[in-house]
Amino acid sequence: MGCHLCEVYCQVQHSKSKDLIKAFKRESPRPLPRLRVETKDSISFAVQCRHCAEPPCVYACLTGALHKDKDSGIVTVDVERCIGCWTCILACPFGVIKRDTKQGKIVKCDLCPGEDVPACVVHCPNEALIYADVSGEDING
Amino acid sequence: MRVRYLIIGNSAGGIGAAQAIREVDKAGSIAMISDEPYPSYSRPFISKYLVERHSLEKMLFRPADFYDQNNIISLLDRKVDSLGWESRTVELDDGRRIGWERLLLAVGGVPIVPAVEGVDKRGVFAFTTLDHAKAIDKFLDNAHKAVVIGGGLIGVSATEALAKRGIEVVIVEMKERILNTILDERASLIVEETLDRADIRVITGQTVTEIAGAPKVSEVVLGSGEGIPCDLVVVAIGVSPRIELTLGTDIKVNRGIVVDRHMATSHPDIYSCGDVAEAYDFVYDTNRLTPIWPNAYVGGRVAGLNMAGVETEYPGGTSMNSLSYFGLDIAAAGIVAPPDEEGYEALTKQTNESYRKVILKDDRLVGMVFVRDIEKSGIVFGLMKDRVNVGSFKQAILDDDFGLAFLPEEIWRPRLEASLGRG
Repeated sequence: MGCHLCEVYCQVQHSKSKDLIKAFKRESPRPLPRLRVETKDSISFAVQCRHCAEPPCVYACLTGALHKDKDSGIVTVDVERCIGCWTCILACPFGVIKRDTKQGKIVKCDLCPGEDVPACVVHCPNEALIYADVSGEDING
Repeated sequence: MRVRYLIIGNSAGGIGAAQAIREVDKAGSIAMISDEPYPSYSRPFISKYLVERHSLEKMLFRPADFYDQNNIISLLDRKVDSLGWESRTVELDDGRRIGWERLLLAVGGVPIVPAVEGVDKRGVFAFTTLDHAKAIDKFLDNAHKAVVIGGGLIGVSATEALAKRGIEVVIVEMKERILNTILDERASLIVEETLDRADIRVITGQTVTEIAGAPKVSEVVLGSGEGIPCDLVVVAIGVSPRIELTLGTDIKVNRGIVVDRHMATSHPDIYSCGDVAEAYDFVYDTNRLTPIWPNAYVGGRVAGLNMAGVETEYPGGTSMNSLSYFGLDIAAAGIVAPPDEEGYEALTKQTNESYRKVILKDDRLVGMVFVRDIEKSGIVFGLMKDRVNVGSFKQAILDDDFGLAFLPEEIWRPRLEASLGRG
């Protein structure tokens, strides 16, 4: 329905305070959302990193900063190694990698480490977002 | 020594192949040979090195224990003297002979040295390896002015790094504009304006006739007769495929080593990838040199899988570059300045903040330039790569809010669903 709450809670989750009001009013720079809600006419959907089986961003990364974990399958960025060349942004067919121009690094979905279910899914009021593993089984129960 | 897989080259292509082989063959012996003394490092990182003098550890493309973890024999600082393509051996510069069952030539390119008087003087450098960057770094303590010959990617990267080290830089480009092979006229102009604001002089349409000074560089003389005083010169007029190992063999070479869609050369057990290889380009629908890092890695990966017996087709690559010079971000790919012939359609959109352009042929994307606002460039590149007919929504591609939702549902839905592939 295009409420963008997933973006808001993604920002909160990746803020220092993990508090909505503090994150939006006091944190500078405000954390960037790591997913994007797209709307066109009556269609609306959230696009986040697919953690692709053959990840073009990882293959394009010039420094080895992007990495797909063998066990979890999660594609993460090592910000220490990211030089902000943005090659991954051009390589990602979903357009889900963002520039943090202040830091000169990318930000991307990390599936909320430490949480059982990512913040975007937890806070989706319409249950439009679900969290499922490769086999298609719904981990969310 | 005899190995199942021998990889000559230790950069993007070689590492891509080694990782792919180990995904499907845990036991087959792998050796990698590099004529550089370092574990695989990020070559594009050398401009950052020159600015910030990072440690080698920070520049490594893979963790320091990559070779041990993957049970790979690494032979660093070793050169291959000759390739026995019939005997399936190589001979190293220390006299050792290594037998192989499958061979990958991922040897990259060498900087082109122009036929200009004085190019061998002290103070003249190339800029493609860490050792080049180290040599320049050592030289900078007593340097104030530099001339960079060549306004391509390497030249502009070197320029930015030198400028950030406080060096006054002049770029000399032979053609009418810098970055002329990867950008269109307008984008080149935007970069030139950006360089101008950083007090970098850009001279176009001029060749260098002499590098003067004795014994050390003191001046670069242009075709116009103008002399530009300088303390060092960086030569960055291009890189040519390093095909020397194929000389005297039956391996088919055009400008680079010709490979099929499996990244195999004309010899069934010899593969090639990266800057040395002429592999399939999906925009031109033919084999071409596309000497860029991501294509090297993917080509290496495909080569590695095929070498290990897992038949895999190279999807093709094309020229694709993301640049970030002095805070100006640009993403460009494919044919950006099409020849004046019928059949190409260019759509452009320019605002104060951004410039975007796509080139189409028969309603399929063949080229793109995004300046400043680049975050949707990947969606457009993806449509180009997958040869999607964009006719029904092409006018929306340059809109600020363009996204997957603008695609017909029969395109976006399977793309989003099929991609979910963790594991």
